[in-house]
Amino acid sequence: MIEVKNLEKSFGDSRVLKGVSTVFETGKTNLIIGQSGSGKTVLLKSLLGIHTPDVGTIEFDGRVYSELDPDEKRELRTEIGMVFQGSALFDSMTVAENVAFPLRMFTNDNKAKIKERVDFVLERVNLVDAHKKLPSEISGGMQKRVAIARAIVNNPKYLFCDEPNSGLDPNTSTLIDNLIQEITKEYNITTVINTHDMNSVMEIGENIVFLKKGIKAWQGTKEEIFRTDNKDIVKFVYSSNLFKKVREAYLKG
Amino acid sequence: MLIRYLSQIGRYFLMLKEIFNKQTKWPVMRQLIFKEIDDLIIDSLGIVCFISFFVGGVVAIQTALNLTNPLIPKYLIGFATRQSVILEFAPTFISVIMAGKMGSFITSSIGTMRVTEQIDALEVMGVNSLNYLVFPKIIALLLYPFVIGISMFLGIFGGWLAGVYGGFTTSTDFIDGAQMDFIPFHITYAFIKTLIFAMLLATIPSFHGYYMKGGALEVGKASTVSFVWTSVSIILFNYILTQLLLGS
Repeated sequence: MIEVKNLEKSFGDSRVLKGVSTVFETGKTNLIIGQSGSGKTVLLKSLLGIHTPDVGTIEFDGRVYSELDPDEKRELRTEIGMVFQGSALFDSMTVAENVAFPLRMFTNDNKAKIKERVDFVLERVNLVDAHKKLPSEISGGMQKRVAIARAIVNNPKYLFCDEPNSGLDPNTSTLIDNLIQEITKEYNITTVINTHDMNSVMEIGENIVFLKKGIKAWQGTKEEIFRTDNKDIVKFVYSSNLFKKVREAYLKG
Repeated sequence: MLIRYLSQIGRYFLMLKEIFNKQTKWPVMRQLIFKEIDDLIIDSLGIVCFISFFVGGVVAIQTALNLTNPLIPKYLIGFATRQSVILEFAPTFISVIMAGKMGSFITSSIGTMRVTEQIDALEVMGVNSLNYLVFPKIIALLLYPFVIGISMFLGIFGGWLAGVYGGFTTSTDFIDGAQMDFIPFHITYAFIKTLIFAMLLATIPSFHGYYMKGGALEVGKASTVSFVWTSVSIILFNYILTQLLLGS
């Protein structure tokens, strides 16, 4: 579980996060949604330790990040898996080498054991024939799956995903969403996803945090989104005609 | 403006400190060092050999053409070629050329990793990205004096070939000149310079790549800026080291 308490962050005169408090639960897909400029990415980067909050604390299962010494912070980071928006695969390494990277860096496993684990996670994300390919030789959807495999290969306690569906077709998007949700349940990890994609919200939104201008404007589940009368979230989620009709149909039963 | 430059210099020294913090595991680091030796040292040998050989030849011809007084002995062609190549051409000018060749490679490769969030990925995993990316380059460039040694040999050899087969001097005169008044400390001086330049070649382009912001266009701009600053630093340090080591 990750608990965020009264998080504030400014860049110069611009206050991006204005006292955000929330809980990201273990074993659930926690989504951060909001318009561009609402502070989603800053919140995610604060959780990752890339940004240091001006005020407030972030607790990883009771460990307050700002109170950890540098070695403890690095130790905590080895418990984190991250799927970047652009996948961020190491382009000079093959798919298998990318996935093996965290194991080579942080474990003393021998080559055979690393290979076994890499084969297992690549099979888990349905990539069995791509071991020797370079990231530039595979599609965007496959790159995302490699990034997920790399993120989970070290059995992380926390999985962060920044716009995991961006640039993907709807079919592949759904596959990626479902894969992330399955992995979250299977390994009982705390997953936090930063997304704009309303399909993801409807598919896997078990705990949704809606940010508006740096403030947490709403929090709930995908089912609660249909029933809520919070104007901000309704305006944001149901901005397309398709979702308006879906909501109307849901409310009519 | 001055504050900005000072702040950049301060940031550069903080980066140097961070490079030596929290070392990457040795089996991983060993592979990285071999890769950097291949990319930075082995891949540079061709251009260094080519330039050294021909510039050595040109130095010999230019010296010969300027020795118009019949009282000046021909062995001075060998002497001047040796001194020019050992003291300045091989250590300094090859390093300026390498600031373009190696420097732009280092800046663009690290800059691309920054743009594509690969450096963020390393940091999020708990890897000291500066140690992972820059330390192997520094270790690989400890072999840079060997490159300069080859450059010295080929420069003088090129001068001998151009001098003898161009009809400017005899082989005996050239070799006599090349051996005349030889001061072994000049070699030490050249290699001390080379090691300092190697450190600059590894770290200044890395600094410009690591801290760059923006996209693909900015990677190109960072490579250009890195070349300018690496060259300026090499020339400045060349002056300071020459004053310190030979001036007193």
